[in-house]
Amino acid sequence: MSKTPVQFRHNGVDVAVFVDGGANLLTAIREGVGDTAPKFGCGQGTCGVCTVLIDGEPHLSCITLAEAVAGRSVETADGLKNGPDLHPLQRAFMEHFAAQCGFCTPGMLMAAKALLDKNPAPSRAEVVEAIGGNICRCTGYEPIINAVLAAASAGPGRQRA
Amino acid sequence: MPIAVKTCSSLGEAAAALSTDRGARFLAGGTLVMRAVNEGDLAVSTIVRATDSAFSEIRSAGARIAIGAGATMAQILAHRELDFLHPVARLIGGPAVRSAATVGGNLFAPSPYGDFAAALLALDATVSLQGGYGAREAPLEECLASRERSGGLVASVSLNRPASPGAFRFRKVSRVRPKGISVLSIAAHLPLSGGRATGARVAYGAMAPTPIRAKAVERALEGRTLDTAGIASALAVAAEGTNPATDAIASAWYRREVLAVHLRRLLLNEPER
Repeated sequence: MSKTPVQFRHNGVDVAVFVDGGANLLTAIREGVGDTAPKFGCGQGTCGVCTVLIDGEPHLSCITLAEAVAGRSVETADGLKNGPDLHPLQRAFMEHFAAQCGFCTPGMLMAAKALLDKNPAPSRAEVVEAIGGNICRCTGYEPIINAVLAAASAGPGRQRA
Repeated sequence: MPIAVKTCSSLGEAAAALSTDRGARFLAGGTLVMRAVNEGDLAVSTIVRATDSAFSEIRSAGARIAIGAGATMAQILAHRELDFLHPVARLIGGPAVRSAATVGGNLFAPSPYGDFAAALLALDATVSLQGGYGAREAPLEECLASRERSGGLVASVSLNRPASPGAFRFRKVSRVRPKGISVLSIAAHLPLSGGRATGARVAYGAMAPTPIRAKAVERALEGRTLDTAGIASALAVAAEGTNPATDAIASAWYRREVLAVHLRRLLLNEPER
């Protein structure tokens, strides 16, 4: 069966990839675009490591049909940094030891970004809710929650899209 | 195996595509169909999608509200007139699931999923089913009962606002907080007349292969007050008509055993613990 072209905006850059019928967005991003920031965990929409933002909303790329993002804007953890400068969330994760093995981190960062973009001063409960669909098996959730709260109170990074 | 993807501009076209292909599955949010595709489910040979914007619209006219089947849980949460459904939508998945999972998809979610469908059942919702040649309206209960063999495509779900803000109640029982799969869920619409229940609707999620109405409970509540004495006979028949599964979340025995406890808490409006 022939491949289907899909065009979308990836971290602010227009890209076009060919996908197999039924291919998910995660495969299109990792194998088509070559951005390996979003990870493959469960393939079931349960673990959250493949979380990306589509038009600013958090989505699980493993259960998103690649063709469904045609013409839309997709953001991954790879697009958070600004040249050599890390995003405030990335800095906070580093400073608060919120990444041990790091596998859940790209998903956690995007779930947290989705929250802070809409709610720059979240409560602890709101942070817990925002990362409620992201599983971490080694760091523990407390350092991650603390890092998101620290990034929120640090402020300026919030203005950068 | 590569899968064919058919993108349709209208629901009628999508319904026709579904009716002519046994391996076709309708894709809305993807939380069910893409799981199957990722697992290599060979029963899925074609994915049918619809780009019709009306499919995800929420329209209200007076007390009646029509929710497009493609409306997501995030859309429900953003819609002020659906505030009574917010506590239900908030308990479905994390934010990334809620921005994909649809109202229509929830009607087809296998047990123990389908908490939203249980809530809609308690609100006496009707569904608009789109076939290849036209649409028809059916009670949600009928749609759920025939969902494994139904050929139609759910276009929208319609319901009335609850009689009063406190009349609609919902409990999801899970072992993990804040996000866990249901041991069971209970939804109830309890209109009161002179302090007594009249026309109560009670529905369970995860207590049978599909969400079901608890009709014995509804009958036992008729004309009763919602206090310990008034609900006693309803609690006695709480498990009537249920057929829960044993799965990784809970055994059938456990589900039946704790059902009346949670029903009592809901009917007495006790705080969640």
